[in-house]
Amino acid sequence: MHSQAFLKVEGLAKVFPASRGGQPLTVFDDIHFSIDKGEFVCIIGHSGCGKSTILNVLAGLEEASRGVVIMDGREVYGPSLDRGVVFQGHALMPWLSVMKNIEFAVKSRWPRWSKDKVRAHCQKYIDLVHLTGHEHKKPAELSGGMKQRVGIARAFSIEPKMLLMDEPFGALDALTRGVIQDELLNICAETHQTVFMITHDVDEAILLADKILLMTNGPEAKIAEIVVNTLPRSRTRHDVHRHPHYYRIRNHLVDFLVTRSKEFASAVPADYDSRHPPLVRPGLAPDAEPSLEGERLRPLRQTVHAVS
Amino acid sequence: MLKSLPLRSGLISILMLTVFLLVWHAATLPKPQDLEGVSEEYAALMGGGTQQSGLPGPLEVGRTFWDKLSDPFYDNGPNDKGIGIQLAYSLARVLSGFLLAALVAIPLGFVIGMSPVMRGALDPFVQVMKPISPLAWMPLALYTIKDSSISAVFVIFICSLWPMLINTAHGVASVKKDWLNVAKTLEVSSLRTALRVILPAASPTILTGMRISMGIAWLVIVAAEMLVGGTGIGYFVWNEWNNLSITNVIFAILMIGLVGLALDAVFGGLLKLVTYRE
Repeated sequence: MHSQAFLKVEGLAKVFPASRGGQPLTVFDDIHFSIDKGEFVCIIGHSGCGKSTILNVLAGLEEASRGVVIMDGREVYGPSLDRGVVFQGHALMPWLSVMKNIEFAVKSRWPRWSKDKVRAHCQKYIDLVHLTGHEHKKPAELSGGMKQRVGIARAFSIEPKMLLMDEPFGALDALTRGVIQDELLNICAETHQTVFMITHDVDEAILLADKILLMTNGPEAKIAEIVVNTLPRSRTRHDVHRHPHYYRIRNHLVDFLVTRSKEFASAVPADYDSRHPPLVRPGLAPDAEPSLEGERLRPLRQTVHAVS
Repeated sequence: MLKSLPLRSGLISILMLTVFLLVWHAATLPKPQDLEGVSEEYAALMGGGTQQSGLPGPLEVGRTFWDKLSDPFYDNGPNDKGIGIQLAYSLARVLSGFLLAALVAIPLGFVIGMSPVMRGALDPFVQVMKPISPLAWMPLALYTIKDSSISAVFVIFICSLWPMLINTAHGVASVKKDWLNVAKTLEVSSLRTALRVILPAASPTILTGMRISMGIAWLVIVAAEMLVGGTGIGYFVWNEWNNLSITNVIFAILMIGLVGLALDAVFGGLLKLVTYRE
């Protein structure tokens, strides 16, 4: 299965040289994973485990100390129009209008296109993120959510082979985040976009991702396991939590973030192989013991139902 | 009560100006002199019992304003030219020196701002050159260039260079990394990045540097023209001092202030055009 993967990451490591008198710092080491075409992959882990560095290496903005990234049969070296990036802080140019910001990207992708063609193409993506009517506003006149939508439209507009997103909704309030997550889900379903995304939000990961990479705490962070999302792809924000798999996956992820991400380094499982991190499907696991945890969750589940 | 802040400030400004003019007028009124017991002949020599103050009053200066500004472009030989012609000479020198400095400082500032190596290499020179009074270059300029007018332009060039260079380098170096990363991931060429991303991002800082440079250049041109002589507003001030025409000196001082204000306003307007809100 790994042989025909669209993107392959092999033995990636980042080592910062020793500061005066100190030891060199290995942020992460021996990272292996792969992404298939059309797959949505999220990576979660605590701050400092090097998630952003991995994303920057995939984007070609940073160099890894060891290891290779192969996309579509070619080694990734330097930034490329094949990989669109949605930045954490939207990174719009404040002196350009919404339209001009997207035009800048489209003209970079297709420099020979006529003015009208560029316009029409940009308009299509502005409409896609529901910003019709705001084309001529400057970023300062937009809300945080709208700015991030422009960032998403800009990344999609160059029709990259792969989209990289660094906590794109981290700075947004919960309501706005929900709306944009839905939009992103729709756009990805329409375009079959391959996505790699960093998030801190467990629910976001379950809603959006097909596979969730769990990273242990740094230094020398590793991918502890890969969680396969067994929820149907047709899930939406409104019904995802009703599915029986949802809380099994959610508990598994929270459990990892709270305890196992810390303890992994001191108690590496005997059969762990960093080249093939275990694929787990907690959604399919039977609800083992109706433990204390289960008891605590039941009322919570009911309140969530009541609200929605 | 007047609500509008600018209106209230304006009224206070006018009030202060009026008080100043009245005090000036009162202080320069001819004073009656105590000439009792002095021969009539001597009294006549002393101005017939009144003493002319050394400084001209506001009315006299006002009359000079009217006379000079109603015919600003006359030319009666080297020592008698209209104020418009003198200011035009000064402005021409300032603008040519300033533009030459911009042609050097802005590209060089880009190089320094984009390359930490070049910044380190050029920094010692900039730090040594910056505190040198531009007029200190004058003898060297006169000796090498052998033309007084071009030497004045050179002095303006030297004094305009540093604020523009330092501000351009600073503006270019502090362009947000995110914007540069956007350009990188879009495979934008270095030239297009410089023109479409770095230039607009840094232009408020660059224009602020140009505004400071223009202010300094206008300060320096007066002193430079006093030294090189011949034409220009600085020469005009010195020439009128030699003529002991304090009225004309006061008039020239005010004109220098007004032109300086206009130059600053032009750059203020340009700055407004390129400033962006984040």
